[in-house]
This record gives sequence, C-alpha cells and structure tokens, in this order.
Amino acid sequence: MKFTLSWLKDHLETEASLDEIVRTLTAVGLEVESVDDPAARLAPFTIAEVVSAEAHPDADKLRVLRVETGSGEPLQVVCGAPNARAGMKGVFAAEGSYVPGTGITLKPTKIRGVASNGMMVSERELELSEDHDGIIDLPDDAPVGTSYASWAGLDDPVIEIGITPNRQDCLGVHGIARDLAAAGLGTLKEGTVELVPAAFPSPVEIRTEDEEGCPALYGRVVRGVKNGSSPAWMQRRLRAVGLRPIDALVDITNYLMLDRARPLHVYDLAKLDGPLVARKAKAGETVEALNEKTYELAPSMTVLADDAGAHDIGGIMGGERTGVSADTTDVLIECAYFDPVSVARTGQALSLYSDARARFERGVDPGFLEGGIELATRLVLDLCGGEASDIARAGTPPTEKKIVSYDPALCASLSGVDVDEAEQARILSELGFDVDRAFPWSVTVPLWRRDVDGAADIVEEVIRIHGLHTVPSTPLPRGEGVAAPTATPAQTMERRVRRALAARGLDEMITWSFVSDAEAEAFGGTSFRLANPISADLVAMKRSALPSLVSAARTNLDRGARTVRVFELARRYLDDGERPTVGILLAGLSREKDWRTGNEAGFDIFDAKAEALAALAAAGAPTDNLQVQAGASDWYHPGRSGRLMLGPKTCLAEFGELHPRTARAMDVGGRVAAAEVFLDAVPAAKGKRARPAFAPPALQPVLRDFAFLLDQAVPTADLVRAVAGADKSAITEVRLFDYFEGAGVPEGKVSVAIRVTLQPGDKSFTDEELSAISAKVVAAAEKRGATLR
Amino acid sequence: MTADIDQQTADWLARIAAADSPSDVEALRVEALGKSGAITAQLKTLGKMSPEERQTTGAALNRMRQEVQAALTSRKEALEAAELDRKLTEEAVDVSLPVDHGRTGSVHPVSQVMDELAEIFADLGFAVATGPEIEDDWHNFTALNIPEHHPARTMHDTFWFPKEEGEDAPKLLRTHTSPVQIRTMTDGEPPIRIIAPGRVYRSDSDATHTPMFHQVEGLVIDRGIHMGHLKWTLETFVKAFFETDDVELRLRPSYFPFTEPSAEVDVRCSFAGGKLTITSDGDDWMEILGSGMVNRRVIEMCGLDPSVWQGFAFGVGIDRLAMLKYGMTDLRQFFEGDLRWSGHYGFSPFAVPTLSQGVGA
Repeated sequence: MKFTLSWLKDHLETEASLDEIVRTLTAVGLEVESVDDPAARLAPFTIAEVVSAEAHPDADKLRVLRVETGSGEPLQVVCGAPNARAGMKGVFAAEGSYVPGTGITLKPTKIRGVASNGMMVSERELELSEDHDGIIDLPDDAPVGTSYASWAGLDDPVIEIGITPNRQDCLGVHGIARDLAAAGLGTLKEGTVELVPAAFPSPVEIRTEDEEGCPALYGRVVRGVKNGSSPAWMQRRLRAVGLRPIDALVDITNYLMLDRARPLHVYDLAKLDGPLVARKAKAGETVEALNEKTYELAPSMTVLADDAGAHDIGGIMGGERTGVSADTTDVLIECAYFDPVSVARTGQALSLYSDARARFERGVDPGFLEGGIELATRLVLDLCGGEASDIARAGTPPTEKKIVSYDPALCASLSGVDVDEAEQARILSELGFDVDRAFPWSVTVPLWRRDVDGAADIVEEVIRIHGLHTVPSTPLPRGEGVAAPTATPAQTMERRVRRALAARGLDEMITWSFVSDAEAEAFGGTSFRLANPISADLVAMKRSALPSLVSAARTNLDRGARTVRVFELARRYLDDGERPTVGILLAGLSREKDWRTGNEAGFDIFDAKAEALAALAAAGAPTDNLQVQAGASDWYHPGRSGRLMLGPKTCLAEFGELHPRTARAMDVGGRVAAAEVFLDAVPAAKGKRARPAFAPPALQPVLRDFAFLLDQAVPTADLVRAVAGADKSAITEVRLFDYFEGAGVPEGKVSVAIRVTLQPGDKSFTDEELSAISAKVVAAAEKRGATLR
Repeated sequence: MTADIDQQTADWLARIAAADSPSDVEALRVEALGKSGAITAQLKTLGKMSPEERQTTGAALNRMRQEVQAALTSRKEALEAAELDRKLTEEAVDVSLPVDHGRTGSVHPVSQVMDELAEIFADLGFAVATGPEIEDDWHNFTALNIPEHHPARTMHDTFWFPKEEGEDAPKLLRTHTSPVQIRTMTDGEPPIRIIAPGRVYRSDSDATHTPMFHQVEGLVIDRGIHMGHLKWTLETFVKAFFETDDVELRLRPSYFPFTEPSAEVDVRCSFAGGKLTITSDGDDWMEILGSGMVNRRVIEMCGLDPSVWQGFAFGVGIDRLAMLKYGMTDLRQFFEGDLRWSGHYGFSPFAVPTLSQGVGA
C-alpha cells in the first residue's frame, strides 16, 4: 500500500516529521517497505524562462535558447523540443544535474558546434509521466529561479507499507491515520461525509438475488456528467502511488479505494440493459473484464448483471461492456458488500488479482456503504458536474457488531507488559473500539476490524500501540542440573550416519524431494504427484533416494569432476508414509592413476556394499548378523546387486551397480554404484551401558590357510559361514583372501582361498588337535560342495 | 715371557684393527680364540705351569685373551655399523613423493546448522520434534487458524496433490513446519518445549526463494508463559547462534493466524563495507523470524485448555540462518548438488557442534 505524506495529512492532524511517521508505522505493525522522497530527486530542477529562441545554424530541428534561470546571466541552451519558444516558462536542469529519465549527468557540451549549458526538460526526463512531445510548458505566473518540485507540489514523499492480511482497514489512508493517531502521532480527522441531496428518484432498479455472495448492493445515478481528465492534484496522487490516471470517473473510484479502502464501480448508464442485479453466474457464462481478458465463470461465483448478461465479476473486476468513456453522460455509481470468502474463492479459481479483491476478500467495512457512495457522488458532482438521484438499496450489509469480553489483566499475562487500564481503554477507543469498563470489560469491535474477535486480539491491539519494545526479556525457567539430552534415537542415528559417511570421504547433498516423471519412472515411479508443480522437472515425489543424486552426479561429471561420492539423508515418499533413507551414489573414478597403486579404476558393486555396511554400522545395525541376498530393485543391475537382510523379511539396505537401462534413462555414463540404506528398518540399539570384564586370551592365535574349488553357483559367503561354524570353540575369524576363476581352475568353478584364525584356550594346540580342526574345516567346506585344492 | 705376550697382544690387536670385514674378524677370532686357536692353545699350557709361573705368565695370557676378545667384539660391531650405514644409504627414497591420505567428505551446511540449533536449544530444554512433509489441510492450515479461503492461504503458494476419493481436502506439501506444533500438542501433554526443523515447500523460485527450503519451528506451552519469555528465548538463541553477546532484537507487530499477538523479529545489524555484521551499534535492521503467542484457538483446536496453557511459537528459515552466518549468497545453490560448492561451504564431519567446543564450525 502506497500513499503520500500530504495525503496522510488529509486524515491526520500532525506535527510529526517524516522520520517519526515512518518509525511509528513500523512500530505499530504497518511495516514501511520504502520511502521515496521525490524532493531529493527533483532538487536540481528549477523554473526558468526562455528569453529568446533562435534557429540553430546547422540543424533544422534544433533551436538555440537563451534561458533566464534566475541567477546570473542567461545561459545558452540548445534544444530540440518543438514547443520551445521565446517567452515560455519551463523547467531547467543546470550542468551537473542528474536527469533521472535519461540516467545522464549533464556536462557542458557542444551540439552541432553550438555550446549548450544544461537543458530544458520534458516530463519523461523527470519521470513524471510518459510525455516527451515537448519540454514542460509552465504557466506565465511560475516564479523563475524557484524549485520546480515544490512549486508543482511534487515534493510529496511516497511511503510504501506492507499490509498483513488482517488489516483491510489500512488499505485506505484513513485507516493508517487512525493507527498513527492512536500511537500518539496526532489527531485523526474524522472525515465526516457530507450528504448529497437527491435531485430525482433513481431510475435504475437494483436487486440482489445472491444475498450470500452479495448481501448489499447500493446504486446511485448521476445525470449529465462530463467525463474529462481528473484534476491535477488527484492525478498527482494517483501517479505518486503507481496508478495511471484514466479519466475523472475511473480516477474517482480508484482514489476512494485508496483513501477509504472502499472499492466502488461506475457504469455507463447508457450501456446498462435493464436492472442491475447481483446473482450467481450461470454455468459457462463469460465476462470480458477491464483487463481485456475474458473469464469463464462457474455457478459458485457472484456477478453483477443486467438483462444482457453478466458484466462484472463481483468484488474483483468490472466489465468492458458497461465501462465509462469520454462520451459517457449518465452514470450509475455502485457500492456493494461482497462476501469475503466468496470473493477469495472466486479470485483463487480465476487466478485474478485486483485491488478490489485485496480489499473485499479481507472484508471491507460493512458500515461504510452509505459513506462510500456519498463521497463518490460528491466527487463526481464536483469534478464532472451533473445531478444525483437518490440511493437505490438492495439487501443489508452485515453490520452486527462483535462484543468481546475482556479482562484487562490478560494484557500482562499474555504480553508480559502491565499496561494500565486507563491507557488500555484510551488506545482501544482511539482505534475505534467502544469500551465498557465494568468488569469484565465489554469491548465493542468496530466494523472495519473484522479480524478482531477475541480477548487475545484486544491484547494485540493494546500492545502494538503501546509498543512491543516495552516487552521485558524474561528468562524461561530452567530445569535443575545439566541440560538433559533431547535427541530421539532416530535423530541420533541420522547424525551418526551422516558424519560417518562424510568421514569416509562422501559429500552430503540435499536435493529436491520431487523429480521429473521420467526420473521417477526410472526409480520405481511415484506415489504422490503434484497437481500444481512449479516445473515439469519438479513434479513427482521420490520413491527412492537415488534419482536426484544420479542427476547431480551427471551434472558434476559433465562439469569435469573425476569422482563423485555423495550421499543424502532423504525420505522416500511411499503410499504408506515417509521413510528416512540414506541414498549413496558413487560415480566416476574410485581411484586415480597413481605411482603407487597403478591404473585408475571405477566403482563397482562392492564399493557400494562397503558404504552400505559402513552406514549400517554407524546406525548401530548388527552388521555381523546380516545375510546377503542376490538381486535388488529394478533399477539395479540384476546380476550385480544385492540386499542386506536382517532375518528373512527385514531388508536394511540395497546395493549394486545401476542397471544399464536406468543409467541410460538418467543419461549418465560409466559404471555407477549405488546403495540405499533404510534407516526405519534398522532395529533400535539395545542400551547396554556396562560391558563384561575384559579377558584377553593368554596364548597367541594360530593361522591356517586353505584353498578350495567351489561351484560358481554357491555363494562364497555360505562357504565362509560353514567354515566359521566348523569348530566354534577354536575358530574366531574366517577371512576370504583370494578369489579367482579362469586359468588353472576348472570350468564352472572358482578358486577360493581363506585364512582361518584359531584361538587356543589354556594350552597351546597339539599337532593332533590342529589336524583335527583342519579336517573339520575341510569337511564343512565339502558339505557346501567345495573340494580342497 | 710376559714381554713376549705383550708383543703377541700388540700383534693380534694390530691385525684385528686391520680387518675390514666381519668375516675377516671372524677368521681372526677362530685363529686366536677358536677351539684350536693360538691363544686357546697357549691357555691350555696353564695347567702345566708352576704356581709362580701361573701368577705371572698365566695372568698375562688371560689379559691377552680378554683384550683380543674385546677388540674382536668392538671391531665386529664397528664393521657391522658401517655395513648398516651403507645399506641404509642405499635404501634412501625421495621423501617428497606424494601420497594419497584419503579424502574427507563434507556435511551440508543445512545439516550443520540443524545440529547447531539442536545443541543450542537442548541447553534450553527443547527437544527436537518431526512430522511428515506430505501433510493434510487440517494440520497445515485449519488447525493453525487458517480456515479455507483465508487470505493468508494465498500467501503460502501451496503445492497441492490431486484430491483423492474420500478426502475432504487434497493433501499438500507442508508450507511451514508449524503443523509439527499441532502434532506435538495433540499427541502429548504440556509442558512442551520443542523445536521442529525440516523441509518445507512453496511454489516460488528466485535467488532467495526455492520451492523447497528448511525451517525450524519452536514451541513452548506451559503455565504463565508470556511474550517476555519469547523475547528472552530468541535473544538467547541469536546470541548463541551468531556467537556474540552484542545483540539487539526488535519485536515488530505483525500478523500470523496461528499467533496472537504476533511479532516479526528484527536484529540490529550493519551492512558497512558490504559486509553483514550483527551488532547493537548497527544502523540497520534485518528481519530474521516470525513469532508470537500461540493463538488460543489453536490451543483449543489441539484439545488443550487455553485458560490453563499458553505459550509462544516461532519459525525461522534454516537456509537463511546458514547464509547469514556462513556467507552464502544464493539459496538455489544449496540444492544443486555441485561438489565444488560442497567443498567450499561444506563442513568437516569432525566439526560436531557441541556446547563445550562452541556451536560454530
């Protein structure tokens, strides 16, 4: 909401400075977003007289002026304006002036060989209007040498404030003035409305057939108007706040909307066909609105119509068909109360914003229909002439006042500030509330404050005017002793996994929760697809933590990254809920070419498996007890992927290399390894604080190596587990250290070498005991189809 | 006789000194002190000597044996040391060769700041609460006193899902973390002190707005809580988070449907030299969060009695806090996954925010 200082002073009797006003506006909750003081910008421009205007010796369209500026000798100025002539008064910019419309700082110059000092400016050059047909032409009585801005009334500071959705009353200058007066910045001018006597009965029938959407509709005819330009003062104010003056009738409605937060509409009576009726739109009915767009309406929407159909979207925008023009002679002024919810719903459905909607959907003052139409009539008569009918009224605006029961002690208990009762009562009555101080107070809410309906709102009114700076900083009561831990087990788990993976060399990413349909499709589709996405790339909620990590990897590789090792603590958005999931992605090189380790290498399934296990270990999962199953979700390579299972049903993680088809769909080259760790499936760690006594074995362990030939179809882990179980009292560790196929190994077999750690108890193993254990190992292996090499 | 032995000793010592390899030393040892060595043979004659002879010649022989033995040992050690030196010299490498000492990854600034917030608020007794991102209309709006078609809804730029059969209102992506307030109040009993950090969504996109971002919600519900407690809590938080005691806050009346009274909170700052500094000497204010006393209607809607329980709530953008504290200027880059950005702004996994080490990395 923009307004000018002089406009404010129409409503507020005040001696306060601009600074004080700006500070107070923000302090009472009308946050000042900007202050533009054109006086500063227009300071260099003064009124000057053109003493003589000669033709330029070398240019037909230029003239050489001698300009009297009011100080010193007349200056020579070369000017191209067609209206430049001897004897005229205009606006002069001396050298050194910054001309806002051109962005140029003036320097003495020569134009086609003739010296020119400063310039005579147009309105566009001062950013006053788009007018650039000639230089500004001032009346003869304009005083030479004085500031143009102050002479023309252009030194009126423009203040822009943000209006929160509860304050429709401050979408008018009068309401802003009321708040400032209550805050002690002066006296509100009541702005009593003078009634315009009726010269004849209204010739137009007014009806509301939709009392829900339009409870009240008033109309008044003015005959014999002349719709020219509005006066300069009105145009200046409208322009200052960013509105384009149209013609007197339209400007009057805009002016009153800003002045009193009261939207109005003026129809050309000649274009109205029959009565003015508020009704619900008919299905498929269309309105060509004043913004030159056509809207198709639904039967839930309220329109104003005549016999020829709907012409106005109620409370939002007038129609092209019945609008006024320069030829208009008879008008109907309309002043209505539209239901806020209905206006909001219609506006949302049509995606149509307007200043009127902003006010109606917040709820205009239902007690000011009469005042609004009287003010409008007065202005029309004053600016356009004519004579007014009486007011035709249909329906009744909802003017029942709310009364709030209020205990003034609530102010201290809610805000922490004990504002004394007399001051509370003063503030409320200055804001227009009626206060009955018999306990508990009965506070009657003014009709323009639709937002206030409870005791806490009354406290808010009191405290915002009294000043939030008076709220005393008060420590929260603190529990005894050291602060207790507050993180849940799930939060602790996430924090550990995050820092564990980062410590292993992975970078944490945070990526969009939604991806494109194609990306979602490559990773199991989506359970939730946005109805109103911001773009087609961000539409489908992920069912896997991977797609956006793959996209990020691709972007980084395209940019020249050699290795991408990333993870994200994301959610998978599934039909039955959101699941905390760690996505892990490894792409590019796992190892650079190196003088110690030789050639470069990429990532494979086992890198992904290692990261998944590390994440699970950090999450506190029992990694020693997990079984590995071959195969994972569709987006993995079917032969190079697996699941880490806890028991037969609980999958803690999937890992593997991306399916080539998935990689192609995601447009990422090379072998990409990935894993997803399902944190919600990880069992809670059992809280064992104390540990058993430390009892290290007295004797050194003994190592024995074995090599077996194994069927390729048998998972090696089965062999390892079988060996580990061959003699549980002696075998403490079994480690695979070699695995190969090919040369020297029969077809369909692999050579598997394992190292078994044997831990003696009280006595060293005898040779016989060692032989016996070896025999058990071999026997256990043979049960899995392995043969000793 | 003893003079002769002294001469022999001198000869042996000279030969030992001249030996230039451990094997030469060993040969001399065998020659002198081996089973059939010269000195060994001489010592064998001791038994046949008279007691007088044994006293003189015997002592001289034993002395010779000791001296030769000592010389052999010392010469052997010297030669071995020289041998080792030579070998070590041969084994020397170019110590300037580079090694790969592994890489450390990084923690995203948003995660780091969330951990900082959790640490600070834990000290004030706030637990961390969470809730779903795909929310229903009731938790995101209605229970927060934003009825359907309330103008505040249009300020939220909500992402909606299509309305499913059987639903009164379509599901949506939560537009703020405030629904966690509702879930906490409906699921638990006061007194309540929580913060709720998490992802939120609005259909908006430019340098300072992304369709997904992070907020943290704070909620205190107890007996006798008023705006003064809110102000103190925020001051304490801002001081701890920005690691300065030189903090001045300004509460400015504002409007949120779920709080009453409501206040935006500005912090005094300076932009001198193009650099943001939080200081009570500054001549500027920067808006950092929205807050207020929880609307009595919200408390009622959560099934609590507002004449007993009241409290405050606040909400603040985590990404913005990170930007203010650590100097990022473009919010969009937070979610683009550029590894160069992670390297530049990410945090060491070992920089865990704790009260004893400080919450700033």
